[in-house]
This record gives sequence, structure tokens and C-alpha cells, in this order.
Amino acid sequence: MAADILLEINNIEVVYNKTVQVLRGLSLSVGRGKIVTLLGSNGAGKSTTLKAVSNLLALENGAVTAGAIRFDGDDISRLTPHALVRRGLFHVMEGRRIFEDLTVEENLTAATFALSGRGLKPTPFDLVYQYFPRLFERRNGRAGYLSGGEQQMLAIGRALIAQPSLILLDEPSLGLSPVLVEEIFTIIASINRDLGVSMLLVEQNAAVAFAVAHYGYIMETGKIVLDGPTERLVKDDDVREFYLGASGGEGTKSYRDIKHYKRRKRWLS
Amino acid sequence: MSDLLFFFEVTLAGLGSGALLSLTALAFVLIYKATRVINLAVGELLMLGGYLFFAFAAGLGLPAWAAIPLAIAGGGLVGAVVERGLIRPMLGESPIAVFMVTIGLGSILVGLVELVWGTDPRALPAFMGNAPIFIGEAYVSRKIAIAFAVAAVVIAVFLVLFRYWRGGVALRATATDQAAAYSCGINVPGVFSLAWVIGCGTAAGAGVLLGSIGGISPSMGVFGLSALVVVIVGGLDSVAGALVGGLVIGLIEAWAGTYLGGEYKLVTTFGLLLVALMIRPYGLFGTTEIERL
Repeated sequence: MAADILLEINNIEVVYNKTVQVLRGLSLSVGRGKIVTLLGSNGAGKSTTLKAVSNLLALENGAVTAGAIRFDGDDISRLTPHALVRRGLFHVMEGRRIFEDLTVEENLTAATFALSGRGLKPTPFDLVYQYFPRLFERRNGRAGYLSGGEQQMLAIGRALIAQPSLILLDEPSLGLSPVLVEEIFTIIASINRDLGVSMLLVEQNAAVAFAVAHYGYIMETGKIVLDGPTERLVKDDDVREFYLGASGGEGTKSYRDIKHYKRRKRWLS
Repeated sequence: MSDLLFFFEVTLAGLGSGALLSLTALAFVLIYKATRVINLAVGELLMLGGYLFFAFAAGLGLPAWAAIPLAIAGGGLVGAVVERGLIRPMLGESPIAVFMVTIGLGSILVGLVELVWGTDPRALPAFMGNAPIFIGEAYVSRKIAIAFAVAAVVIAVFLVLFRYWRGGVALRATATDQAAAYSCGINVPGVFSLAWVIGCGTAAGAGVLLGSIGGISPSMGVFGLSALVVVIVGGLDSVAGALVGGLVIGLIEAWAGTYLGGEYKLVTTFGLLLVALMIRPYGLFGTTEIERL
């Protein structure tokens, strides 16, 4: 069983600026070939978790102060971010973060650095264009002029070039229309199926995340509060109410009936 | 007619010194583009390049073809040491602090050169020949013509490398978004080092050219200030801006110096800087943020 685990996060704590603690003993694992989703509200620490894994925390003055992260069996705390990418762990960051001044093709070229020193054959750009034909039409245009959806496609396309074994996806649905979200998640699922790439998917949109994921974790204020296979999570009453916006069977609840939404002057207490 | 010829000659001389300005500006641009550091010591590195050539050619008696690469390599080496030793530990500090470090570095370089070679200006061993070159009837000093050709070739090579070489893509990617560059597997600290090595090597090379035209002195780093005007006019992050800006400033300095008198040279240049900044604060060719509608 343990051999099937690709990424294992064990009880990590993350502190920003040596003062603000964001993660408080978070643990999760991603199995080989699986899509695992990590859900939670704003500020729960989802993106921080991904940055802790890809070692990009240092750029934001954050640090893992306790716990361990193992990728493919190795402790990764001492690896530089680019070395980690070259081991097959690719982070598609929140907000897409494509290189706006570069053309689409140059963006893909930039990702070829992930193959340095791995003795792999270079990924044909056609693989990306196969999944995202729209990028092919715009391959010589500046990436900054792509639409939001195309930029997200490019961000995922860069990951494909890097031939990773694990992709960290940070809110690929951010700011996209429902139709585009569906399109992109369909492609995410088929990339996982065709290429066997594992994914750790952070989302606010629980419905689409559950549609593609095999397993789910739900986190609040820096730790996991609930986890399980997606089939079980979608049946959970709390998950249905707070993440899927439905309430079990008895029709829509009025906000007035929900106790914890009652007005309370918090600053008095 | 002879007025026109004179104007033509002044213009050619202006283009020549403009090309040197472009080359020096290129050193600023390379370093700024990759690391977002304005390296005010570029002028002093240029001076150091001149002195290194002097040491290799006059001191050790090496031929020019060996002394020039050695001087450039020496400049690059200083760049590597400075980047590792001074700049990288300052990463994440405020830009002003890093800026001040480079000013300090400039003073240290001047001091070191004065300690080793003294403060007197010196002439570099001649290696370009003296026979003047004529374009039509117009006379151009051979040294200026060679400097122009060399600068033009170097800048053209850089432009091509930036566009088509994979490392150029890495450099531009790093310039746009460091975290994203890391996430693509680009060795970001490596790119920083490379930019400093190439930038400082370029400055040293420009120093050899400049020194062979006007001689070397510890204060020749002031030339870096003119080049700073060039990059601010042309855009701090634009190679093409360095090229065009350098030629424009070179021309204007030459024309103003000839027709208005030497004292107008700097007034005109910096006046132009002010106007350019008011119209395009990010430089003629600098990047503005892309706005998507």
C-alpha cells in the first residue's frame, strides 16, 4: 500500500513571516495515478499547502516549521523549487501565472527546462495542442492577450510539457465561465486517465472537483477536518450543505433557520 | 556643401559614441531584466574592464586578441562574485537597499583601481590602427568606426539570442514572473548569475572600446551615468530600447556639443531625459502592463 503513495504530507505546520501560523498539523496523501481534491473556504490554507509541497513558500517569506513532506519516497524539504520540478512535481499556480510578455510557444519552451537532466525525450508541443486545439491557433501570439480560459489551458499545457508524475492544480476554475470550467475539468480528467498523472486539486468549486476526484480532503483553518473517497463525501450532510449548496431532501433552507448565521455583534464578545 | 559634410561627420561620430552608450546600456538592461536590480556600478565595471585590458596588454605584454577576452572574462568574474556575495543575500530586501549596495560597490571599485594603478589617466596600447575611414567624403575616426561595428554586432547577437535561444526564453520568463519560472523548472538563481556575468562582461568589453578611444582613468565610470540616461529613455527592460536610446542620445550629445557648445551637452541630454520620462514614464520601449479588456 505504502508503495502506491506518491505524495505524503505528514503533520506539517507553516508559518509566514515567523509570526502568522497558517497550517496547524496538516496531513494528507496522494496515491499514484489518483486525483485528490483539497477543499476549503477562503483563507483555510489550501494554496499554502500546495506552496509548501512545491517549496515556493520561501518566496513569500513562509516556512514549514514542523512535519515532513515526502514525494516519491524522498523528503523534499531541502530541494530547490526547480529541482523539485525536475523530479516530476509540477505546480500550476493560482491565477494561472503564465508569462504574459512571451508568446504561447515560448511559454511552452520555458517549461522544457523541467526536463533538464532527466534523460527524457522532449515532449512534442503537439501533445498540448492535442488537448487544447485553441492554443495551436494562437501559438505565436502574446500569451497576455489570451482569454482567461486559454490562459488556464496554457498553464496546464506547460505542466504537460514537464512530464510530471504529480501536478498540483490551484483553483483551475478561478474566474472562468461554467462552460469553460466544464471543458477544462473534462480535459483534466482525461489527462489523468491517458497519462496516469496524479493530481492534487485545490478548489472552491466543490461540485466540479468531486466530479473528477477519487478522494477528497476538507480543510478548515489550517487542518483537515474531514476526508474520504468522493462517493462518501458527496453523501455527507455537512459537505452537501456547506460545499455543494444543497440540503438533504427537505428543500431549500432559509438562512433564518440556520442558527450560526444569526446576527451577532462579534466585536462585543 | 561643406556644412552638410561637416554635419554628416558629426552625425557619424555621434552614432559611434552612441553605439558605445548602447553597449553599456545593454549591461544595465540585462541585469535589470533578470534581477530587477539597477546596477549603478556598471560604469565602474566598464572602467575596470579598461584597466584589466591595460594590465593584460601593457603589464603582461599579451597581444590584443588575448587581452580583450581576458578583460571581458575578468569583468564577468567580478559580476559572478558580486552577484553571489552581495546581491543574492540581499534578495527580498527593498530595491533601494540593493541599489545603494551597487553604489557602494562602484566606489569600492574606483578605490581599488586607484590603489593599484594610481589616479592618472593612461592611454591603452593601440590595437586598432589609425588610418581613418572615409564614407563617401566624410571622415570617420577608425576607432569610432570599429567601436560602432563591434557594438552593433554584439547587440544584434543579443537580440537574436533573446528571441530564439532557450536560455533567452528562461531569462525573459524569470523577468516576468519569478515564482512561475521556478515552477517551470527554470534554475532562477542560475539565471541571475548568468545575467550578472554577461552584463558585467559586456560592460568590461565596452570599457576596452571606450578606453582605446579616449584613454582610461578611474573617473571614466561617469560614462555609466550617460548610459543610465539611455536605459531610462529606452526602457529599463528593453534591449531594443538600449540600442535605439543609445544611438539617439549619442547623436543628440554630438549635435548639441558641436552646434550649441560643449556646455550644452549634458543640459540637452538630461533635459531630454525629463521630457521622455514625462511622456513615457516606462521608457520608449519599456513594457507596460498588459491590460486585457
